[in-house]
Amino acid sequence: MDVLKGIDCKIDAGELVAIMGSSGSGKSTLLNVLGLLDDFDQGSYHLDGMNMKGLSEKQAAKYRSEFLGFVFQSFNLIHYKTAMENVALPLYYQGVNRRKRQELALQFLKKVGLEAWYNHLPNQMSGGQKQRVAIARALISNPRVILADEPTGALDSKTSNEVMELLKSINKEGITIVVVTHENEIAAQCHRIIRLRDGQIENE
Amino acid sequence: MNWRPDWDGFIELVQILLQKPMRTMLSGLGVGWGLFMIVLTIGSANGLQNGVSQELGDMAKNSMFMWTQSTSKPYKGFKRGRPIELTIGDVEYLAANSTVVEAVAPQNQLGGWRGSNNVTRGIKTGAFTVFGEFPEQQLIEARPLLSGRHINKKDIEDLRKVAVIGSRVKEILFASDEDPIGGSIRINGVNFTVVGVFGSLRSGEDAEEDLQSIRIPFSSFNQAFHKGDEVGWLCLLFDEDVHADSAAAHVMSVLKARLSVHPDDDRAFGHWTVAKDFEEMQMVFSAIRGVSFVFGGLALLAGIIGIMNIMLITVKERTNELGIRRALGASPGVVVRQIMGETLLLTMLFGLIGAILGVGTIEGLDALLKTFPEMEGGSFRNPEVSIDVVVQSLITMVIMGGIAGILPAVRAVSMRPVEAIRTD
Repeated sequence: MDVLKGIDCKIDAGELVAIMGSSGSGKSTLLNVLGLLDDFDQGSYHLDGMNMKGLSEKQAAKYRSEFLGFVFQSFNLIHYKTAMENVALPLYYQGVNRRKRQELALQFLKKVGLEAWYNHLPNQMSGGQKQRVAIARALISNPRVILADEPTGALDSKTSNEVMELLKSINKEGITIVVVTHENEIAAQCHRIIRLRDGQIENE
Repeated sequence: MNWRPDWDGFIELVQILLQKPMRTMLSGLGVGWGLFMIVLTIGSANGLQNGVSQELGDMAKNSMFMWTQSTSKPYKGFKRGRPIELTIGDVEYLAANSTVVEAVAPQNQLGGWRGSNNVTRGIKTGAFTVFGEFPEQQLIEARPLLSGRHINKKDIEDLRKVAVIGSRVKEILFASDEDPIGGSIRINGVNFTVVGVFGSLRSGEDAEEDLQSIRIPFSSFNQAFHKGDEVGWLCLLFDEDVHADSAAAHVMSVLKARLSVHPDDDRAFGHWTVAKDFEEMQMVFSAIRGVSFVFGGLALLAGIIGIMNIMLITVKERTNELGIRRALGASPGVVVRQIMGETLLLTMLFGLIGAILGVGTIEGLDALLKTFPEMEGGSFRNPEVSIDVVVQSLITMVIMGGIAGILPAVRAVSMRPVEAIRTD
């Protein structure tokens, strides 16, 4: 089944872009392709000027590790690891030593205002806190792009706004952010909105 | 990334295994049990072997005992059924004409099992087996000297009336605080001077027999008890490089030629070799060991399959987590290593526990047996496992653990990360 049917778009470095669309419009698939989590059949995808077509899983893992950070609707924290360990995990896969990892993890937890919670397990934290931990985890590997799939989907409006404020401040530091959302007030806070319908760009 | 000692990875693994301690325990149990059984059965087999080997004592492996019977074939004018008798002359001839014999020790015997009282000392009497022997006897069946000396060459040459007695003989004929050396005993009415006391390296009844015997010079024996130049039987030590069977055949052919016995007459002489007995025993024990390896191996295999199964379930349950890890930059290789590592850690940890418990049980059994002196001399003693066996089993287990990890590891990376993340 073809989900995406000819997407032609360019996202510049430093942009904060929202992808909108009804369910089944292909917005999550697009994000997964951008995140190298999913493959595509035709066309080309250039990330930082490099073609990402037909990457091996190993190469994809390398690019994900170097360029990309992920934020998910359901947070996807590892439930038996503390906030600090969760944040430090991407650095483990980059071969950073333990002490350095913990140092950086604390630094990034501080950045999202949760350094006091470093020793807590995910189930001891609220949804907003979990999402902030997830954002700290996405940031720690110093990525160029953060891909957020419905980052506020599981949060109330107050915490949603806090999370969006955090994402915007990160964007101001020069990190490109792509947010998939179906909430207009979230999309409205982005520089640009790409609306998808049946696998095609409806308008920008 | 290459294989290197990865402390972080190890902590990671321990953390994961402690996630579900009960499951980890149960899945490890199979492997632990397998190794425990291997160690236990092999240890027991060794115990049995030690028990039986002890009964052979310190007898030289290349020794042979030979005695005469009656002919079963007519030859050179002699009828069948002629009793064969050996003399000192025959023994000297054998020693001079055989290429494989290294030492010959003829023996004669007086009295025997449950014989009548034949030895006296004052008012004390006892029934003991008296052997006339040569110093070479020590080469074939060593007896530890407790005091004094053994029979020597000079005793033989000078027909000395001396005796070396077993420790039990000493207990019966001498007071406990009395020094037997220099004491005089009367064997069938002939006085002998005690020059030494010996113990035994054998166990059980064999040891008892040893300790209740008296050894006197062969020449004095024949003179004192009117045996002329008769020889009861021969103990021989043959070249270690020659197989027991061919050594026996050779010795007998030399004697057959000298004593005019038909070359094909198998009944004229009887013989027994330690090596032959030893070989048969070895065969029995390697069979026992083989069986324990097979059963232990099967238990181990079952354990490993259990581990593989549990890892497959774990991988399935953790699909989402593994997907997240891959989104965070874990390459398939890293995930494979993680799963393999978990499998190996599980196998090794519990295998080691099983092995330690097995060795502990064997050692405990050993200690327990030692506290029961009445068990001493039984067919089961010093159960033990060599460190080789333990190490080999552990290595086998690690290899099998590695194999068991392959399928779950492959399963773990077979899914695209996007699907894995979506799985709950």
